[in-house]
Amino acid sequence: MEGEYIYIGLAAIFGLFMAWGIGANDVANAMATSVGSRALTIKQAILVAAIFEFAGAVLAGGEVTSTIRKGIIDAASVSESPKILIYGMLAALAAAGSWLWIASRKGWPVSTTHSIVGAIVGFAIVGIGIDAVNWGKIGEIVASWIITPMIAGLAAYLIYSSVQLLIIGRDNPLERARRYVPVYIFFAGFTITLVTIFKGLKHAGLTLSTQDAYLVATAIGLLIALIGKFFISRIQVDEQADRRFHFATVEKVFAVLMVVTACGMAFAHGSNDVANAVGPVAAVISIAQSNMVGQESALPLAVLFLGGIGIIVGLATFGRHVIATVGSKITHLTPSRGFAAELAAATTIVLASSTGMPISTTQTLVGAVLGVGMARGITAINLAVVNRIFISWVITIPAGAILAIIFFYVLKTVLEMTPI
Amino acid sequence: MANYLSGIFGSSPVAPLQQHMDIAYRCAKQLIPMFEAVVENDWAAVEECRHRIRDLESEADEMKQAIRSSLPKSLFMPVPREDLLELLLVQDRVANRAKDVSGLVVGRKMELPEPITEPFIKFVRCSVAAAKQARKSVRELDELFETGFRGAEAKLVESMVAELDRLESESDLLQSELRSGLFKLESDLPPVHVMFLYKIIDLTGEVADYAERVGRRLELLLAH
Repeated sequence: MEGEYIYIGLAAIFGLFMAWGIGANDVANAMATSVGSRALTIKQAILVAAIFEFAGAVLAGGEVTSTIRKGIIDAASVSESPKILIYGMLAALAAAGSWLWIASRKGWPVSTTHSIVGAIVGFAIVGIGIDAVNWGKIGEIVASWIITPMIAGLAAYLIYSSVQLLIIGRDNPLERARRYVPVYIFFAGFTITLVTIFKGLKHAGLTLSTQDAYLVATAIGLLIALIGKFFISRIQVDEQADRRFHFATVEKVFAVLMVVTACGMAFAHGSNDVANAVGPVAAVISIAQSNMVGQESALPLAVLFLGGIGIIVGLATFGRHVIATVGSKITHLTPSRGFAAELAAATTIVLASSTGMPISTTQTLVGAVLGVGMARGITAINLAVVNRIFISWVITIPAGAILAIIFFYVLKTVLEMTPI
Repeated sequence: MANYLSGIFGSSPVAPLQQHMDIAYRCAKQLIPMFEAVVENDWAAVEECRHRIRDLESEADEMKQAIRSSLPKSLFMPVPREDLLELLLVQDRVANRAKDVSGLVVGRKMELPEPITEPFIKFVRCSVAAAKQARKSVRELDELFETGFRGAEAKLVESMVAELDRLESESDLLQSELRSGLFKLESDLPPVHVMFLYKIIDLTGEVADYAERVGRRLELLLAH
């Protein structure tokens, strides 16, 4: 296609901007619970986030990227004029990016996922026609937005209840924590690895048999559990901070577990949210290169790399500050609760990523926190704030759509006037 | 930049509730030096105790208001908000009753008839001990939230509340002994004076009553 490099270049810049925004802002929500409960220092959180966001994006980000790239718009509807889709995807990135920028400056709770999906649907309705939207897929996505916080909440409820039953409610919680926390570590490593192997890795060019997948997941789970056990055995009883049941030391044991779930959370976030930035980029690249819509070309791994790098740059520039701010405010969440919320959220998100569902990581985490609260794990949850989060969730979709429509017409006019 | 995720976690009422009980106990505790000063007829010392009680009681009052306003209806907690507010109220009554007693003692320049001074001081000490046990139980509130009001910690608090009950019944017993002691002296004393002595005994007994009700409220929290 003529002007191929201009379109790809623009898409890369917009995509990087969006990924940078995700790294600067969104990652903070995934990591802040670990920082707030003092399981990780800010430096450690940045390091964990950089490594595991990148790994999640590259290893498990493929399915969701495919959904954003070609699942929402019916390819047949634009086969006559592939350029429309290029303008539209660029407009969607610009709309979602600027809406997020406005919202994070105002402190509004919005989700990158909701804004990008809203933006793509918005430009598709106005730029192509209402039938161009794959409404069946949109129905699935919206349903997943409602279901995932509930699943995460239920999982968190069950995980935290088991902690109460096995450890916290006993008269020797410290001994029991030392014994059972490595089991939770194994469980965390095992599930996240397994889901990633089953669904995510094929985009990275790896395929394993079911039996091998279980073997690898078990091996990785055991390895992490052993490392965790080593660190747990080195924890000294803090006589000064402790009372009868040694809860201060018990929380230190859980802090080891929370390091693992924080890695899982960063991985999960990378696997789902990178798609919001690189999905449209991948769409633009494949159309510009082939001059066709709906070409069944493989997803270039380089695009996932681009997203991963954008997230890390965002983390390095602004993310540090945001994590520190959010972490300093979440101090009521002790590691025994924080891990339950993170493990439930991370597992749910990785599961959603593997089925290609673009969901909101933050909302899933909020659902998990509520689940811990239902199990009487959290002293006070401000339901007014929770309500506000779920309302702004709904508002973000039309906001992204309207902005995308504006950007669509502006880009279309400018790019069609420019002689290429 | 404001962040919404951190906004989910409301401010915990636990530490303020514990501080409030601490102040209420320190307020009630002043009754011991005050009555000792009454026995020794040292009215300067009595005045001093009364001031301290008044200051502590108003400190507790302010704290009660602050805790109430920091517990909006939109807060979701492991225990009903109403139960925590009720606990706060009975904690506050402990300080209130101490203030009422000190007010009557100073206002009426109360004198203790010699034969009942010893049982009287014993009775005051027992009431204050009940308040102290209430504070000890409330000090477990943070661990109760940590454990979700279940398991070994819940059992520990139950045993503390049982001890609180025991102290309150002991105080009841001492109160009725004291009343019968006073009854024997009634005819030799000015009637109005006797009336107020009974009143003071009742109010001092209520310090222990409210301390015991602090325990009742804690038990209710466990029952949820």
